[in-house]
Amino acid sequence: MSVYHCTLGGEVFRFSGLAEVMAKATPARSGDALAGLIAQSDVERVAAQMVLADLPLKAFLEELLIPYDEDEVTRLIVDSHDAAAFAPVSHMTVGQFRDWLLSDAATPKALKALAPGLMPEMAAAVSKIMRNRDLIAVARKITVVTAFRSTLGLEGRIGSRLQPNHPADDLKGIVASTLDGLSYAVGDAVIGINPATDNIPTAMTLISMLDDLRARYDIPTQSCVLTHVTNSIEIINRGAPLDIVFQSVAGTEAANEGFGVNLSILKESHDAALSLKRGTVGQNVMYFETGQGSALSANAHHGIDQQTVEARAYAVCRAFDPLIVNTVVGFIGPEYLYDGKEIIRAGLEDVFCGKLLGLPMGCDVCYTNHAEADQNDMDVLMTLLANARAQFLIGVPGADDIMLNYQSLSFHDIAYLRNSLGLKAAPEFESWLEAMGLVSETGHLLQSDLGAARLLEAAQ
Amino acid sequence: MSNVVNDKWAKLRAATPARIGLGRNGAGLPTGANLEFQFAHARARDAVHSGLDLDALEIELAPFEVIRVTSAAPDRASYLRRPDLGRKLGEGEMDKLNARPPCDVAFVIADGLSSAAVQSHAAAVVHAAAAKLEGLTLGPVVVATQARVAIGDEIGAALGARLVVLLVGERPGLTVADSLGAYLTYGPKPGLKDSARNCLSNIHGKGGMSYDQAADKIAWLTREALRRGITGTGLKEESNTLE
Repeated sequence: MSVYHCTLGGEVFRFSGLAEVMAKATPARSGDALAGLIAQSDVERVAAQMVLADLPLKAFLEELLIPYDEDEVTRLIVDSHDAAAFAPVSHMTVGQFRDWLLSDAATPKALKALAPGLMPEMAAAVSKIMRNRDLIAVARKITVVTAFRSTLGLEGRIGSRLQPNHPADDLKGIVASTLDGLSYAVGDAVIGINPATDNIPTAMTLISMLDDLRARYDIPTQSCVLTHVTNSIEIINRGAPLDIVFQSVAGTEAANEGFGVNLSILKESHDAALSLKRGTVGQNVMYFETGQGSALSANAHHGIDQQTVEARAYAVCRAFDPLIVNTVVGFIGPEYLYDGKEIIRAGLEDVFCGKLLGLPMGCDVCYTNHAEADQNDMDVLMTLLANARAQFLIGVPGADDIMLNYQSLSFHDIAYLRNSLGLKAAPEFESWLEAMGLVSETGHLLQSDLGAARLLEAAQ
Repeated sequence: MSNVVNDKWAKLRAATPARIGLGRNGAGLPTGANLEFQFAHARARDAVHSGLDLDALEIELAPFEVIRVTSAAPDRASYLRRPDLGRKLGEGEMDKLNARPPCDVAFVIADGLSSAAVQSHAAAVVHAAAAKLEGLTLGPVVVATQARVAIGDEIGAALGARLVVLLVGERPGLTVADSLGAYLTYGPKPGLKDSARNCLSNIHGKGGMSYDQAADKIAWLTREALRRGITGTGLKEESNTLE
């Protein structure tokens, strides 16, 4: 293990190993304090950032944060590293890489070509010495296009997941929330239900109901019931109309074990979903969720800071060509991200790192009632993420998820981003919205009730 | 919104407690709906941050002897940041619990994330459950502040209890900010995993589990746990007396 030194303001700072440099260079957050990894002072944090800025990117190929033999995520990262794609930046330090990313030389095309050459740890490292505006400036240059029945990630557009959860999985209640969301032009990325009862029969009932609804209105979108991946495999075997496979994943083998998954199960589910060939304009069939703190909460973080472990989860995601990846940024609670400032920072880091690694990265802009955050913080984060060109954001009725007991964005918020920032839904979905009389030619939500009335009519 | 559309939303609204059919101005939330949301969030935050009225709770718990303890978390901010501190007793607190005759069941009340839940429901649940535990010896009721579920392990061990019933304020939602949970742990000792407990949740007055239902389930689980010498994943709750 290498030892790193930095003299700053007459004080000498010493860091044993890359993991300590990374942890101490991370902007402050409660989860790293809880893990005992956080810098002991603001000056120590800057010292670590200076050390990090001077490290060659290659150092991450040489000093693995979790040993190759111990962790299948490390093996995936190392074995899938594309040296040719890495070549254009392989001579750079982390600091030089930051400068390059911000420069005009880092064109959308160059960034796309670079993605397979980057290890998650490199993305995490550079993000630690970038300000929020830097993260936005680079993320918005990156285009990641994915598709199933709608095409996501195109310039000038922002997708949305319609999340119509109900505490008792009541079908009428779920349909009611779905129609409400559609009337706000929400649901082009996915209509996705978190079931209250996580078992196969419930999931199959919900999948069939969503598929009927989609077929009845002929909506160019996809549905998903967020049940465990092994349930999805079984549901596919039983012949239910499953569009998209969902799974929560994390950045270490041990944390994934806590979720009851490994790379081979994920591959099996990916193959099973592909075999159905249900996509019309594309075949991205996976939906992953991640979030800073999940590895620590499973005591499976290997002494690595939570943002770096989070970035490693993106290596897992990108192995399966997902339609969407969602960082559920404020869901886990204040012991990992304490307040609005920490949640906003983490949301930007995650979308930046995900996009830099080539993922269709979106975010559940959210918080719990015991975090020091409120809807004003969510307003800030959603506006920033729309500017960072997140693939999609989540909307729930009135921002209040009555099943999971937390607050996300409202359907109104998705409409605000589109109306105020001039962003549109996915093109196929947008055509449908126009035909339904819900949006104008510019994608602006119409004030008229006609579209909503048409939706409700067909529901009777 | 036109009346026709309004009526149709009203029908849909009856199908779910979700905030649907709120209406809009442009993409904006109407003032009334916005303030309703602010109220719900304010109530949830107050449930997290307001302190427990310990004197009032002690009066409601009479005739039980009540012992007050605090966790190792000195204040709410530390409690929220450091779950580990909320799981153990503060320095010297253990002395209040030692040297007592062993008991079958000890009730522990932890403020958790909703003091409102504890203030509203904990004493009533203790009385209702105790009435159904005839023949068993009950220890004093320990009220722990800045406390999480696992603090019951240390308390139960110090009291020499065979089983701990810990009542805790659950994470408040916007619709229900005063939901109480109950965790039963056989053979309490520090270091147990959550899989070694049985849990009842959603004890509250807005369509949740009633005091009587909760007491029945607690009594059934307590007797079965003491008989079989186990709680957790090995003990499935099967008391369907009121369902």
